[in-house]
Amino acid sequence: MLAFLLVIAVTIVLQHSLIAATMLAGFFSLLMALVFVLLDAVDVAFAEAAVGAGITAMLLLGTLGLVGADERVTRRRPWLPLAVTFAAAAMLVYGTLDLPLLGDPQAPAYTHVAPYYLEFGAIETGVPNFVTAVLASYRGYDTLGELFVILTAGLGVLAMLGLRGAGSGSHAGGEGEISMTHHPILRVIAKLLIPFILLFALYVQFHGESGPGGGFQAGVLFAAAFILYAMVYGASNARRVVSAPMLYMLMAAGVLLYAGTGLASLWYGANFLDYGVFAGDFVSGQLVGIFLVELGVGIAVAATMITIYLAFAERRVE
Amino acid sequence: MSEALGLYNYWIFVALMMTGLFIVVSRGNLVKKIIGLNIFQASVFLFFISLGKVDHGTAPIVSHAGDHGAAIYANPLPHVLILTAIVVGVSTTAVALALVVRIFEAFGSVEDDDLHRAEHES
Repeated sequence: MLAFLLVIAVTIVLQHSLIAATMLAGFFSLLMALVFVLLDAVDVAFAEAAVGAGITAMLLLGTLGLVGADERVTRRRPWLPLAVTFAAAAMLVYGTLDLPLLGDPQAPAYTHVAPYYLEFGAIETGVPNFVTAVLASYRGYDTLGELFVILTAGLGVLAMLGLRGAGSGSHAGGEGEISMTHHPILRVIAKLLIPFILLFALYVQFHGESGPGGGFQAGVLFAAAFILYAMVYGASNARRVVSAPMLYMLMAAGVLLYAGTGLASLWYGANFLDYGVFAGDFVSGQLVGIFLVELGVGIAVAATMITIYLAFAERRVE
Repeated sequence: MSEALGLYNYWIFVALMMTGLFIVVSRGNLVKKIIGLNIFQASVFLFFISLGKVDHGTAPIVSHAGDHGAAIYANPLPHVLILTAIVVGVSTTAVALALVVRIFEAFGSVEDDDLHRAEHES
């Protein structure tokens, strides 16, 4: 399976049609998600399947629609890049000789802080999914930082591409808009699938403490449902559901909900993002805090992904 | 022999990383370079997750509230780091693609050679 990943990567190198390269990249991500499942990282597999095969591919296709889908074939001499990569590969392989073998229980990564999380994580936070416990509680600062990065990236895309009609929000369908309403199969299947995707996203959001899932995966899934709608029915129809000001508000509201949870715990006299004070006993307080934080993550990620997609979909080549 | 099997996955990741690097260095098309960067990034994700794998372990989720410590779980810490990194990765990819779109609107091309020429002429 790993070798197959490498085969796909090499095919991407040799491929001159960028659409084919994008499709291969999506397939690469799906295969990578399977590898993550084999390595026991179900939460990560979930995120990779939704992000890599779904949203990244959509963004790449949106860009190709604007800038043209063929790579120019130039006869360059590849010897210098080849020499550089082989030299670097040789050094990296030499470095791997000192690494612990795959699955070694005595590996340094497994003997330092992980045993603490695995022994006390479920007891201290009341959350059976260790990944959620570490993400939202033990390393809450980290996750808040990541969320700010996502918000900043969303703002960066908006600053460069922008959404149409940010003031009014409602729009008649622009001429030349790409939509697939004339494909009856796509239209019917999309209509059938979208409610279930939304429902599944909500399940992943609110069940993420006890199963694989959480705010990041739920946000991406929620956005994927909207993106599917916008693809099939056209971006301007999607914009009737979510207006630009609403998306901006939601992007900020998610991050503010996360940071506000931290400030609220300060207000109760504990440390920033120390949820133990939100309820009578420590563990219920943790559950409340983790719930709020994951909700903030879900809202911010979903709004940012939808905004980014619409910014690409509404761009026209002048 | 067991050593070679235990390190095999790392070597695949090295090869993947170098494939990504090769695309970034040798191809002139900016979109292709971004796909290369994504492959590079994917190899780092795979490397981290495989560091968290433990023999005979399962996914780090307690199935029954009672049996703490009875089962062996994979290390959850790399999972958390990579989970957030994947979502951050798609956001930064989006910023890069937005830059590409703006470059195309300004210069009418996304090929390295054309951009160099346009820069020297102006």
